[in-house]
Amino acid sequence: MIPLQHVLMLGGVLFALAVAGMFLNRKNVILLLMCVELMLLAVNFNFVAFARQLGDLNGQLFVFFILTVAAAESAIGLAILVVLFRERKSINVEQLDTMKG
Amino acid sequence: MIFGISIVSALFYAFAGVLVLAAVGVITSKNPVHAALYLVFAFFNSAVIWLLMQAEFLAIVLVLVYVGAVMVLFLFVVMMLDINVAQMREGFARYWQLGAVIAVVVIAEIATVFLVRGLGLQEAVPVVAATGAPSNTQALGQLLYTEYLYPFELAAVILLVAIVAAITLTMRKRPGLKQQDIGKQINIVAKDRVRIVKMPAEVPSTAPNGERAP
Repeated sequence: MIPLQHVLMLGGVLFALAVAGMFLNRKNVILLLMCVELMLLAVNFNFVAFARQLGDLNGQLFVFFILTVAAAESAIGLAILVVLFRERKSINVEQLDTMKG
Repeated sequence: MIFGISIVSALFYAFAGVLVLAAVGVITSKNPVHAALYLVFAFFNSAVIWLLMQAEFLAIVLVLVYVGAVMVLFLFVVMMLDINVAQMREGFARYWQLGAVIAVVVIAEIATVFLVRGLGLQEAVPVVAATGAPSNTQALGQLLYTEYLYPFELAAVILLVAIVAAITLTMRKRPGLKQQDIGKQINIVAKDRVRIVKMPAEVPSTAPNGERAP
């Protein structure tokens, strides 16, 4: 039997790696999107682990909905990225300062 | 049992190790294509771990939806864009210490919560899902179409909105592109296009051998 703590630690390590990846690749929008996907995967690990621990399928249902929303998010994010590259010929985050954010 | 640990545990630790290595590959690889392929690898390992944790349907969905659709989309976009990798990588050496520190801090915090304080989870015994359904997929389906019907429809609408948004964002008008104008097509009247000419019927003349004249 897999202990719950170890699954949660795996999720935590994955999340931490994704956060670190956001700092490492802070210029490349496409790698930032990949890190977001990795974070969502880490969060899903927690849901699956608790669903098994408590014998409750509602957790797995939530993973299903998170997958749906993540697919929609990455589709729109990549579409915005393509339009951005077409306009600016670059996806460097530091050059995206038109809105003075 | 191998060396005192069960097969399931051994598989879990093996795939968890590979998963962490794949995640490290995602965040450190020089080429975005390699990063995307490492992410695909990470998703496959996660699917195996979810199978071990009795989430069979979600494991299949992860492979089909994530590896089959989302990551292929990522790969297409990465390969279409002409990214200056060297320019993207500058500052990597400066930021990796910061990234490592933050990763260690986050892991330490989570470890403090789960391993040191324990949350009283040590005593909890895993329960098998007692829904009476023969398979994980059927149990999920029963829940999805009864209790979660409204959120399920909302998810469908979200996906539809995402499709419409993605297509609207990326569609562009190129010169010389042949397109339909639906409004024009609907508003057309027959007499603008077809002119009906009245003319007398022609009588076919018969040749001597019975064949029709040209």
